[in-house]
Amino acid sequence: MAAQAKPKPNVGKAIPRVEDERLIKGVATYVDDLKLPGLLHAAVLRSPYAHAKVKGIDTAEAKALDGVVDVFVGADVNKHCGVVPCCVEMPDLVQPKHTVLAGKRVYFVGHPVAVVVAQDRYIARDALDLIEVDYDPLDVVADAEAALEEGSALTHPELKTNVAFTWTLENGDLTAAFDEADRVIKQRMRHQRLTPSPIEPRGCVASWHAGEGAMTLWTSTQIPHLVRTMLPDMIGVPENKLRIVAPEVGGGFGAKLNLYAEEALCCHLAKRLGAPVKWIESRRENAATMTHGRDQVGEYEVAVKQDGTVLAIKSKTVADIGSYLQLNTPAIPTLTGSMLTGCYNLKAVRMDLKGVYTHKMSTDAYRGAGRPEATYTVERLMDIVAYELGLDPVAVRRKNFIQPDQFPFNTACGLTYDSGDYDGALRKAQQLAKWPQLLKQREESRKNGTLFGIGLSTYVEICALGPSSMMSAGGWEWGCVRMEISGKVTVLTGVTPHGQGQETSFSQLVSDKLGIPMKDITVHSGDTATAHYGRDTYGSRATALGGTAILMSLDKIIAKATTLAAHLLKVSRKKVQYEPGRFFVPGTDKSISWNELAMEAYVAKNIPRNFEPGLEASSFFEPENCTYPFGTHIVAVEIDRATGEVKIVKYVAVDDCGPQINPLLVEGQVQGGIAHSLGQALWEKTVYDEYGQLLTGEFMDYAIARAKDIPDYILGHTVTPSPSNPMGIKGCGEAGTIGATPAVANAVIDALSPLGVTHVDLPLTPETVWKAIQQHTAQPAAA
Amino acid sequence: MIPVAFDYHRPGTLKEALALLAEHGEDAKVLSGGHSLVPAMKFRLAQPAVVVDIGGIGKLRYIRKVGSRIAIGALATHHDIESSDLIAKECPLLAEVAPQIGDVQVRNRGTLAGSLAHADPAGDWPAAMLALDAEIHLTGPAGKRRVKAVDFFVDLMETALQPGEIVTEIRVPATGRSVAYVKFAQKASGFAIAGVAVVADKKKGTAKIGITGVAATAFRATASEAELKKHKRLSKAAIKAASALAMEDVDPMGDIHASEEYRAHLARVYAQRALELAAKR
Repeated sequence: MAAQAKPKPNVGKAIPRVEDERLIKGVATYVDDLKLPGLLHAAVLRSPYAHAKVKGIDTAEAKALDGVVDVFVGADVNKHCGVVPCCVEMPDLVQPKHTVLAGKRVYFVGHPVAVVVAQDRYIARDALDLIEVDYDPLDVVADAEAALEEGSALTHPELKTNVAFTWTLENGDLTAAFDEADRVIKQRMRHQRLTPSPIEPRGCVASWHAGEGAMTLWTSTQIPHLVRTMLPDMIGVPENKLRIVAPEVGGGFGAKLNLYAEEALCCHLAKRLGAPVKWIESRRENAATMTHGRDQVGEYEVAVKQDGTVLAIKSKTVADIGSYLQLNTPAIPTLTGSMLTGCYNLKAVRMDLKGVYTHKMSTDAYRGAGRPEATYTVERLMDIVAYELGLDPVAVRRKNFIQPDQFPFNTACGLTYDSGDYDGALRKAQQLAKWPQLLKQREESRKNGTLFGIGLSTYVEICALGPSSMMSAGGWEWGCVRMEISGKVTVLTGVTPHGQGQETSFSQLVSDKLGIPMKDITVHSGDTATAHYGRDTYGSRATALGGTAILMSLDKIIAKATTLAAHLLKVSRKKVQYEPGRFFVPGTDKSISWNELAMEAYVAKNIPRNFEPGLEASSFFEPENCTYPFGTHIVAVEIDRATGEVKIVKYVAVDDCGPQINPLLVEGQVQGGIAHSLGQALWEKTVYDEYGQLLTGEFMDYAIARAKDIPDYILGHTVTPSPSNPMGIKGCGEAGTIGATPAVANAVIDALSPLGVTHVDLPLTPETVWKAIQQHTAQPAAA
Repeated sequence: MIPVAFDYHRPGTLKEALALLAEHGEDAKVLSGGHSLVPAMKFRLAQPAVVVDIGGIGKLRYIRKVGSRIAIGALATHHDIESSDLIAKECPLLAEVAPQIGDVQVRNRGTLAGSLAHADPAGDWPAAMLALDAEIHLTGPAGKRRVKAVDFFVDLMETALQPGEIVTEIRVPATGRSVAYVKFAQKASGFAIAGVAVVADKKKGTAKIGITGVAATAFRATASEAELKKHKRLSKAAIKAASALAMEDVDPMGDIHASEEYRAHLARVYAQRALELAAKR
């Protein structure tokens, strides 16, 4: 029996994504591409007020419009739909009842008030204009800090407080650390609210199968499996009669890690009307009513020794969480607390966090989810400490790094970092940045009066979320490998890639292990009817956890096939060896290929006694710990003194995400992550006015990075495998976003430091920078 | 992002287009490239009952020399202008403005005439039209009339266009090379927060300066121009003194993208940069 031609190893190779062809050709299927017989279209009427009493809603004229099937308000549907879930438990959490449509009050601009179902999308939209709502505007809570003051208006009067929850993290001997300090350095910092802005907005199609009592929901989500777990409580259809499909998803960035009111609403409407219902939001709806990110303000104190040793960090943080709790809303700012000490060996930490309700859209996960705030805070603080003590920011970091031989390291924040070599990444980044020349360039530029700055951030993040003990509904991951009768391979994964490229990387993995060409491997995901179980894609977990579940399944299949091979080769099982592509008996010419084995396994006429036919295995992988990727970003900027414009003249990023299955995918993630981060550092800010009106509700006003805004990156890597999973993979989906923002901010503020500027809040727009320059040059020079 | 229902007409001649406008009066809107009107309709900010698409009047798409001036037809796109040899040679300011508008898709559809009729206070073209002393030809039920650029831009989104009229042609003079357009763009939209167009006469030491993005409507920086006249040379000192006066008697706008103070400052900075650039050319 001839061996199959052995393909060259694919793991580690920069292979272009197999997903790209259908995406580039425009033949991929997104939710809005679905057309079902008898499909109806829903449109949602939304509140123009941030806070108002709804005195009455007149839908008569809308209902009378030709082509309108029906119009519903809260009183019609809320009793049939459960509340929108929040999966985070906290001891003092108080929460309003989050119904799918507003009841007697509206609490944010965009709050769903009524829904029209019509024969087409145009009629549905026209009908919205025919609904008359009698609003009585009420006082608006637009600022989270002001909301804490006595006498403030209340976001939800029935809760009698604007504080949704408090959370305190304290570890180590804080008092001793502050007593030991030579100095305590204080800084207030704001992490502005951001609009995630995936290019594909939210949307779904719900289809009710009356005969079976079953529901299918196609939805643009990162988490079809979690939706299937949670939706039964909302719509009363049991989990085993629910099929959730995330078809092609055009970007999620954490904002599609949620269960939204509209998804449950469409299911209810489909059941109620006996016809499939589609809802696709507009860009403006997306900006106003998909969860926002960040929005924290903190007062930070750092206890330091004169030599640059950082002893402890204390923070009082207020998180503006908007008007309602979405799935993970309260958890996000606590993640900031958990990572607040960064890659430094601190003795103690304390964070006092208040989550505060305001009349705005809810916040929730957004690429990095709490960690960008932590990294920004600690990396800005490192620079401020260095500046205040007259030390080199690089030296201050080095002095405080957790050392490679200290892992696993229990941090002051209470986590156990698995592995790391922070100085290794820093050295590599300095080398790529040509550090001595860069310092010289800064010196010379400054001599010529140019505002030139260098910034760095040495970051660590938490990925591959996570052990089930840390998660509210399981942190494991599931995968299945099935060799078909033809010898082709079908892979099912419980993660839900939506741009990350696991169809490619998982194929690479399977191809190498089985010795089967990538073209003969298909990876299915995102459909709970095929990829039965999973915990989906978020927190840079898919490859580390989903990949491992596939690896485990591959081992099971190979083990099973070895038994069959021994039977067919008529030798004992012990004598059979495996190499990718074939089973053989060393020292003989006996061998058998996967094609032959697959055929025999399914035809099942010549199999061992008690051998289950088929060649399929599935596995749940439960990690022992999260992973902790790290790296260094170095940025050099020049500032136009006259306008405040920031120009990035050098960008170096070194990331350590462990071994890479596909360096091209890693590079794509890092590049995209940095682009997001540049947005936060330099341009993006979600702005509500004092009346709770959203002023950045479209791309004419909300500045996401364009291709032309992105500088050339110099990217490098170090490889420190994680002990948390067999492949040592850590995750890279958020690394760029986490590492870059503070590096850019530090560079800009370094450029302004000769003027005496020590801190400027984000985003560092030209006007913000210009004003900082004005403030520090208009004043007479301090002696 | 769905407009209110409307009737759509695509006449083949200017005469038919004018007749449709006359028939429907204020209910009608003219569509050329659609890059201002269509977004406004999608947001339901504009809800015309009738849209008269002049895109079918092929005769209106031209760029040609007429005597010493250049005539640009109503349907000439930003890209037509950007890629015209005649424009590059005879009126390089327009060739410098065009590629700074929107992106390739916008420039392939959007037209100069449409942009002027829309009169967005942050549009790029108005600055150039003012600096060039362009002449805008309007055709209406009573025939054709010519309006100087300086009289055309009346107020925020308001022009000298009367109901029933269509911008049919723009005439600009041939100029030398000493021109410039520089802008500080709003990050999200790409529109001008401050855009300054300069047509300089190096021999006389004078310049015409059009500024957009800063106020409710684009304007001529007359105080700056007068200051230059005094110096009679486009020297560094003259430019500095002139650009400092760019906002004389002008009320700057303020919004989330730029405060009044910053906008006014940028106008002065960009006036200086535009003048310096033009003086170098």
